[in-house]
Amino acid sequence: MRSRNVRSQNALAHKLARAPYGAWAALFILVPLIFVAYYAFTDSSMHFTLENITKFFTARSTVTADDGTQQEVRTYMVIFWRSVRLAVISTVICLIMGYPIAYIIARASARVQKIAITLIMIPMWMNFLIRTYAWMTVLQDTGILNNFLRLLGLGSIHIIGTESAVVIGMVYDYFPYMILPIYSVLAKLDPKLLEAAQDLGCSSFATLRRVVFPLSLPGVVSGITMVLIPSISTFYISQKLGNGKFFLIGDAIEGQYVANNLHFAAAIAFILMVILLIAMAFMRRFTDSRVQGGV
Amino acid sequence: MKRIIELRGVSKAFDGETVLDAIDLNIYDNEFITLLGPSGCGKTTTLRLIGGFETPDQGDVVFLGERINDLPPHKRNVNTVFQKYALFPHLNVYDNVAFPLKEKKVPKAEIHEKVTEMLKLVKLTGFEKRNVTRLSGGQQQRVAIARALVNHPQVLLLDEPLGALDLKLRKDMQQELKNIQKATGITFVFVTHDQEEALSMSDTIVVMSEGRIQQIGTPIDIYNEPENAFVADFIGESNILDGVMRQDFRVTFSGHTFECVDKGFEKNEPVDVVVRPEDVDIVSKDKGMLQGVVTSVTFMGVHYEIIVDIGGFKWMIQTTDFVDVDEEIGLFIEPDAIHIMKKSEYSGMFGDYSSFSMELDELSYAESEPDE
Repeated sequence: MRSRNVRSQNALAHKLARAPYGAWAALFILVPLIFVAYYAFTDSSMHFTLENITKFFTARSTVTADDGTQQEVRTYMVIFWRSVRLAVISTVICLIMGYPIAYIIARASARVQKIAITLIMIPMWMNFLIRTYAWMTVLQDTGILNNFLRLLGLGSIHIIGTESAVVIGMVYDYFPYMILPIYSVLAKLDPKLLEAAQDLGCSSFATLRRVVFPLSLPGVVSGITMVLIPSISTFYISQKLGNGKFFLIGDAIEGQYVANNLHFAAAIAFILMVILLIAMAFMRRFTDSRVQGGV
Repeated sequence: MKRIIELRGVSKAFDGETVLDAIDLNIYDNEFITLLGPSGCGKTTTLRLIGGFETPDQGDVVFLGERINDLPPHKRNVNTVFQKYALFPHLNVYDNVAFPLKEKKVPKAEIHEKVTEMLKLVKLTGFEKRNVTRLSGGQQQRVAIARALVNHPQVLLLDEPLGALDLKLRKDMQQELKNIQKATGITFVFVTHDQEEALSMSDTIVVMSEGRIQQIGTPIDIYNEPENAFVADFIGESNILDGVMRQDFRVTFSGHTFECVDKGFEKNEPVDVVVRPEDVDIVSKDKGMLQGVVTSVTFMGVHYEIIVDIGGFKWMIQTTDFVDVDEEIGLFIEPDAIHIMKKSEYSGMFGDYSSFSMELDELSYAESEPDE
């Protein structure tokens, strides 16, 4: 009887302890999402409408290509696919560069691991706007990079205002988010598994291909998710490093918001969210079946 | 017998601490050889040197007459069953066993045939599609054995493979491993700290302590003719006494001169005398060669384990006769129950049961469980 009382008291205490977190989550996660959805499906007089959603898919505008020819395109679809393309390129670069780095760190001594991870995390402590501005000064035609190249007598390159500059900015910003999840999976990998692979006839490369990589897939997937998703919706980077020439979906949302088109901004955000959720669910599914050994 | 592996004067140190001290060891074809010793004696390091996971600081590892010190593990015709099995969690049972064959680019049909044969050998037919992480410890063990044997290595290394299994399963697996070894004819090098396991499975036992080999021999030799106090104490229970060899076949200990079967010692040479607890007969006080007082009696099922105080030295005796605590008894020891050993660095360290308690014994075993 007594223990039962204690238990129910405990349960109550647990509930009370959880309550502030629940309220917090509701206030800052759930309510904003509801607002986004609400605004996406209403017009300025708060009546239900699908207009904002359809506008995203159908709005057209005329663009002038570099050779002067004019073309009519679906504005937001173009912006959306451009965002996806740049985000995918950035993610692939992050993965190709990040995986070996994560692997090398995970194999290093405990001391080196600690230092390396701290070094990787330090840039994350700085505001990304400041970091983006820093890249502007590096990449400008008269910036640090070009001054350095000229010093070496290699001439200068024009990079600011190109897609490359935007990709560099994205890769730089999201690189740690690729390394850290891969590193944490690799660091936990049982070294006996690597010895077993060698014992069973695998060279170092075969061990990497047949054991290390498949077992690190969960880290790779969460790395991809953590880079791809924020880089699809990123803004400012393209405005600053792309000289505003590569309008991305994040910039579109920001633009509509600044122009006080709250309902359309909400609609774009809502559509983006739905697409990303579907993509994530798809990815989870893929990795679950891989990681479980396809049983 | 064909010699497969030779260790010649192999030494190994980690962080300046000597783990192996000039080991010489021959391993022969079709042999079940066990490296036995307490935690930290160097047995696992010896295994890893043979497997190629460590290179010796000094000395040579020789495989069929060829020095292989620097040959990487994947080029050695030796496979390992790891302590915690090290199965690949992303592969099912079939693919784990097929793993080494795929690396060798064996044709699919042949892989299927070999994997099926191996799973049959370890009694896991029908488990092909199972996820290895959902198997029991004993089943994982079998997969690990099948995977290590599928390539038909010349030598199979087993690193305390039964340590994680419960007692009943361990006994079954001991028998089964022995059968697999006989059926395949592959040399097994088995590492354990469990002396019973070593005695019941091995053709040859290598007793190790502090990075040195103490004795190499058959289980019967090791048990009956231990070379020093360490071996006598580590293998089974032993009363180890200070004695003096009067002449051939005559030894004095505990204030009595006994007839024995050992010779070849110098006159009046101090020696260590081993008397196994099961080799002592309890007789009435007046008929005994030695007299003592029973200080404790423990019922063990098959026998009683009693501790007898003889002149301040506590003997352990295993008997089926009931005696009571504080009873005065006599001991009778046959000549062939007495084994004489030369004095060694281990003299005086073992073989007195004055501080003996079952609990302590178990505790010290539990402590020596973890991997060195």
